[in-house]
Amino acid sequence: MHYESNFSAISIFAFFVAFVLGLSFFLGRKAQSAKGYYAAHGQIGWFVNGVAFAGDYLSAASFLGICGMIAFYGYDGFLYSIGYLAGWIVALFVIAEPIKRLGKFTFADAMDSKFNSPGIKLAVAISTLVVSTFYLIPQMVGAGSLVQPLLGLSYKWGVLMVGITVTMIVVTAGMVSTTWVQFIKGSLLVFFCFILVILILNRGLTAMPATGGHNEDQIFRDPTWTHITPAGNWVGKEYERYRHPDGRILTFRGIDFRRQYPATYPSTLPVNWPTPVEVQTITTTKSGKLVNGLPQSATNDLHAVGTVASLPDGKGETGPLGPASFLATLQKSEIVTWAKETIVEQDGSSTDIYYPKVRNGSELLTPGGSPTFAGVRTDVLSKKLDFLSLMLALFCGTASLPHILIRYYTVKDQSAARKSTVVGIATIGFFYILTLYLGLGAMTSGALDPTNNTMAAPLLAKSFSNTLFAIISAIAFTTVLGTVSGLIMAGSGAVAHDLMESYFKVPMDDHQKVFYGKCTAAVIGVIAMGLGIAFEKLNPSFLVGWAFNIAASANLPALVMLLFWKRTTRQGIISAVSIGMISSLGWILLSAQCFKDVYGIDPTRSPVPFSQPGLVTIPLGFVVLVVVSLMTGAKAESPRRGFEVVGH
Amino acid sequence: MNDSEDHPDNHPETVSRNARNGLLLFAVYVVLYVGFMLLNAFANERMQQPVLAGVNLAIVYGMGLIVAALLLALVYMWLCIPKKK
Repeated sequence: MHYESNFSAISIFAFFVAFVLGLSFFLGRKAQSAKGYYAAHGQIGWFVNGVAFAGDYLSAASFLGICGMIAFYGYDGFLYSIGYLAGWIVALFVIAEPIKRLGKFTFADAMDSKFNSPGIKLAVAISTLVVSTFYLIPQMVGAGSLVQPLLGLSYKWGVLMVGITVTMIVVTAGMVSTTWVQFIKGSLLVFFCFILVILILNRGLTAMPATGGHNEDQIFRDPTWTHITPAGNWVGKEYERYRHPDGRILTFRGIDFRRQYPATYPSTLPVNWPTPVEVQTITTTKSGKLVNGLPQSATNDLHAVGTVASLPDGKGETGPLGPASFLATLQKSEIVTWAKETIVEQDGSSTDIYYPKVRNGSELLTPGGSPTFAGVRTDVLSKKLDFLSLMLALFCGTASLPHILIRYYTVKDQSAARKSTVVGIATIGFFYILTLYLGLGAMTSGALDPTNNTMAAPLLAKSFSNTLFAIISAIAFTTVLGTVSGLIMAGSGAVAHDLMESYFKVPMDDHQKVFYGKCTAAVIGVIAMGLGIAFEKLNPSFLVGWAFNIAASANLPALVMLLFWKRTTRQGIISAVSIGMISSLGWILLSAQCFKDVYGIDPTRSPVPFSQPGLVTIPLGFVVLVVVSLMTGAKAESPRRGFEVVGH
Repeated sequence: MNDSEDHPDNHPETVSRNARNGLLLFAVYVVLYVGFMLLNAFANERMQQPVLAGVNLAIVYGMGLIVAALLLALVYMWLCIPKKK
């Protein structure tokens, strides 16, 4: 759809960026030591740290991706919410306190606390960089694709703007400013989403009968419209197209076979044939985009979609609803969702057709409505395993994400680590419950852009007021800022602290540690911008899922076994991290999803049985660690600093 | 990295008691989570049935998992409060 640049959104965002950068420079003088730069002196209070966890964790994929997925496909987006939150249980009950007790600045410190082995530092630093990069790309892509509709700037400008702002935040005050940005972002995000949900419930649901549109039968009989004879890839498709002398093209879905094949279906035959529905088309040609046959412009564009077709008991509108009655009413309603089909024309241009489908609320509010999770409604075991594998990776991945783990070094002690995790769970859990209402509210707002599901949440806000749209858009950007700053910090720690200082033993005093950390952060910032521009066309939501898979496969087995199994050896950890990382990454690169969406080759040629590796590669990490530890156990060096977590 | 060895949280008994409680609560949550996943994967049609205030099992169980996470977290915090002798 066509978007105009929104001055108030730009001003609110500019104000926010200026405020955050001002704060960073103000805090900058507090981060001149290594402990200040990497761990905010360990002086962040548990409550602030807890909300900062939410600001770190709730990425653009959480906010925009989940809302969009629910708005387009119903319940399935909520499965991500559930999995993302469940991961915090692993963090709280298994990881939080030991990681705080054992580490200093980075995740590698904790993994290596028992053995002081350069090999562990190297393996863990590489896995940190791989996971953070996979996580970083979708954030940058998200920033770029948001800036276009929200601020009216080009994709590249979005990536550069976010990249430069974030790099400045990190370089000025490291973890100190990163923490405050995440705290502010986390609070704003949850607060304004809560306001939106109150507005959604207060507005209730309104049934809208099928929008006017044209009657296919009339167009068929109207001599000004010429029927377009199907050719090329249109042959055999269930569409009828008519061209007007002024260039307009009307497309209908659900062709009337009685008219096309009068011999087989005599028109007198009483068949209850569904009425063909008018659809919307965008044709991408070399010279530009055509919407329904004419060039795309502010006046000729796709219309917004997403309506309730009918409410229970034939009501016209419900009035204000409670949290439960909103869901119960939707379950008994019929909702119009829009799907897409692409047809490649003979001249090489391609036409995207967006067509409405009336669906039962009860079906939309159960799992399996989206392409990602459709497998759970089939009887195919491998598709069910794909679903279970992703849910396992979400569960195990959270507590293995380096940019989350480094937040444990910003608090004072284990008790503060524990309390801030509980605050994090409360904030994040509340937000994820809100996402269900936001998504369903967008689905029925009549404001959705059928071509772009990441815009669901901002457009929902627009259906209430332009100010709210500006605020939500600005928050969507700051969402990217908070998460990316955490990722750059994690990468900077991995390179400057783990690799340069600990592995290559580059001699550096405290001041130089900060200097190298900042240089690395700047370099990673530039790389992030490059990757963001290079991967413009990639779907961000896959990459986040993949990052969770790699993090869970590479880091979790080693971390858990180090804490709970006395016979774990140095070699065991190195092999588990390396093999977990390589196997999950390799599996992803060979998966059907990657074949289809990244290489563009036939997905059935993929050699792996399902796309999400976690179900295989997480257990593989454990097996490798146990086998290698048992093989090397006899000659393993005695622990330098023994510790035991479980009672004897 | 480590706080002073005298900090109550660093006493070996406290550390191991907290870890044991944590693992127990963790096991409770895993059972709930696995139950949800298996229902989704192998008894999908049951998720459509309304169970509470007209809301179906998929949503009630899903939100229940989020609320359960918070409740277990609070129980854990309470269990971790140092016991005065």
